[in-house]
Amino acid sequence: MSTVTTERSTTAARSWQQRYKWVIVALLAVAAVSFVRILTGQHQIDTPGSIRAALIATCPILMAAVGGLWAERAGVVNIGLEGQMILGTWGAAYFTYFYGPWVGILGAALLGAIGGALHALATVTFGVDHIVSGVAINIIGLGASKFLAEAYFADLDGGGVKQLTGLDKPPSFTIPGVSDAMYSLSGTHWFLVSDIASFVAALTTNLNSFTVIVFALVGVTAWVLWRTTFGLRLRSCGENPQAAESLGINVIRYKWIAVLISGGFAGIGGGFLALVSSSGFVTGQTGGRGYIGLAAMIFGNWRPGGILTGSLMFGYTDSLPLRSAGTIHALLLLVAIGLFALSAWRFYRAQRTQGAVFAVLGGLFLLWFLSTDEVPREFTGMTPYLATLLVLAFAAQRLRMPKADGQIYRKGSAG
Amino acid sequence: MRFLSRVFQALVAPLVAVVAALAITSVVIAMSGSSPGDFWAIIFDLPADRAYVNIINQSSMIYLSALAAAIGFRMNLFNIGVEGQYLMASYVAAVVAGAALLPGIANILFALLVAMAVGAAWAGIAGILKVTRGVSEVISTIMLNAIAITLTGYLLNTYGEKAGVTRRTSVIPESSQLDGFTPFLPRDGAIWTLGILAILAGIGFWFLLTKTTFGYDLRATGMSETAAVASGVKVNRMIIVSMMLSGGVAGLIWMPAFIGAAHNYGTTFQAGLGFTGIAVALLGRNQPLGILFGALLFAFLNEQSVRLTIETDISQNVVQITQGIIVLAVVVAYEVVRRRRLAAEQHSVHRELDAGETKPKEVSA
Repeated sequence: MSTVTTERSTTAARSWQQRYKWVIVALLAVAAVSFVRILTGQHQIDTPGSIRAALIATCPILMAAVGGLWAERAGVVNIGLEGQMILGTWGAAYFTYFYGPWVGILGAALLGAIGGALHALATVTFGVDHIVSGVAINIIGLGASKFLAEAYFADLDGGGVKQLTGLDKPPSFTIPGVSDAMYSLSGTHWFLVSDIASFVAALTTNLNSFTVIVFALVGVTAWVLWRTTFGLRLRSCGENPQAAESLGINVIRYKWIAVLISGGFAGIGGGFLALVSSSGFVTGQTGGRGYIGLAAMIFGNWRPGGILTGSLMFGYTDSLPLRSAGTIHALLLLVAIGLFALSAWRFYRAQRTQGAVFAVLGGLFLLWFLSTDEVPREFTGMTPYLATLLVLAFAAQRLRMPKADGQIYRKGSAG
Repeated sequence: MRFLSRVFQALVAPLVAVVAALAITSVVIAMSGSSPGDFWAIIFDLPADRAYVNIINQSSMIYLSALAAAIGFRMNLFNIGVEGQYLMASYVAAVVAGAALLPGIANILFALLVAMAVGAAWAGIAGILKVTRGVSEVISTIMLNAIAITLTGYLLNTYGEKAGVTRRTSVIPESSQLDGFTPFLPRDGAIWTLGILAILAGIGFWFLLTKTTFGYDLRATGMSETAAVASGVKVNRMIIVSMMLSGGVAGLIWMPAFIGAAHNYGTTFQAGLGFTGIAVALLGRNQPLGILFGALLFAFLNEQSVRLTIETDISQNVVQITQGIIVLAVVVAYEVVRRRRLAAEQHSVHRELDAGETKPKEVSA
């Protein structure tokens, strides 16, 4: 008994240390941002407005990524996130128009879950290859949203064959005193203090309740998947379904639930796009964000914390085209600093080859920063994909996906 | 009898899938308040002369796209990146052909070579990442698709010629344009000359897979990688080569339209064929003939759907639902048929074994 408690307390201490480490890393990152901001004079890097735009751009990606997490933790690869997200945009628009934004969010989840149900039917029940089914669902989702829009939205107020605008947004709120104080503090452009103030200002000014729901859902996901029996069982289906089955777990049912939730989350991500990110539904407004979500999930190593980091990063780059060309240019320096820091860390860990590679990459970015005045806007759109490719290429050994991810499971295969 | 039953087995899954897809589409149409009868009347109507030409032209491109995907599928490589590969290849080939470095037909051949090389190179990135870093080709090709879209957009906006509000590459010289073959009246359009590429690629695909050692190794690796390794197949090399081959064919996808009608890369470019190709490859079971029927079916549905918008209150996008469901239904049907056959085989083996126990057979077979 006593050994168990000591083990527990040491793991607890270790996890505290880990968390501590993350706080320090986050602070160092903010300091680097602040340094670049003051050095280049590009304060737009993290004004409250920039952070707000980045948060709004993050939410759809984050929901798609968490949706992907649910499915893949249960061992089902969900390439159909994009299609489910598209269905979600339509669902949000339809249900918001008739029943208001709260039902609209549920409608987005419902439509996404219908896409998930198709995926579950094909992959879990019929044992079709997961990638194949996902590709088909993306085709169906895109076609269905266009068809449904034309069939249902053409005659509505603010509607057309390809759109439905003028939808009610979920309410936003501002915390009066804090917001003003933080805004003025952020306007002083001090080192570190202003950056943190900008962040708080963005969170306390005109914050949409849907944004809060999205971030809460990430917490709920982390808690359910890692802190409950249900989550443990669900994850066991993704790691070793045969072992799970031999322990009496109904693997098929868990996989079904996971894929339904996965589609629902992707749908909510689509709903966010239609209700908060823009002023309504337009066909094709997901613009590949389901795929970016998939990238964020892999980037985040199939873990909620990593997914949050990845989504914030990709969301920030997604919001960049709204900023000035000079801001994007200043970010090159930030990327260079980040790469140098990674390089130093790798050298410290005695991984010389990787350290050298990161150093060279950092040098190239520094050179790019010093030799040019602006970056083509189009390049920011590539960032999530390039970053994911690079992470996969250089840190694939550190990534660990669920062991039975993408494998076809048949009931009774435990023998 | 055996032959007939094999033909039946090969056809039953796609037929069931098409019927199921049409049924589901009808339900969707009825639910949205339109008449499924209108849909059926148009889908099963004979196409007009102009539509025949379009169907043949479109199916030649879809066929090339599906072949590209099938080369990978046959080796268990999911080249989701056909879309990005033909995008990059089409853009670069259009730039090269527009520069008219060579005269007349030579310019066309050069453009084709460039298109194949660029497609192969873009797909090769995914192959190399898979072999050297163990990166799943599904993920890397999805990322490469997105990068290709942004990159070509940037290049076109930066270096393209202005044409009104949009930009395009230089128009290829008239000596490098092939008018094609006009089966009906000139106003009904022409069948593009380079549609022949689809036939050539189809024959090449069949020959490569069934008549060469490489094809044998490729199929063997697809069926059982461990067995292939044991028999001396260099799997890593196979992955890179077949990925590049797939990308090379992908590079050709838009060439018939480019040389035959578009003559430049700009708003004329037809995107999305890469994903259609994946669907058609699955429908046609990665077989050259199966893919041919799949390509014709998809092109037919696309062409007929145009009439839906004009003649009925049904959106032509409903056909995309039909196509997606056909793919989903056909893979489900294949899987069900496969499991049935497996069970039947097990059953017959059991029966023979049981019979053998009571009355030992002579060893003659």
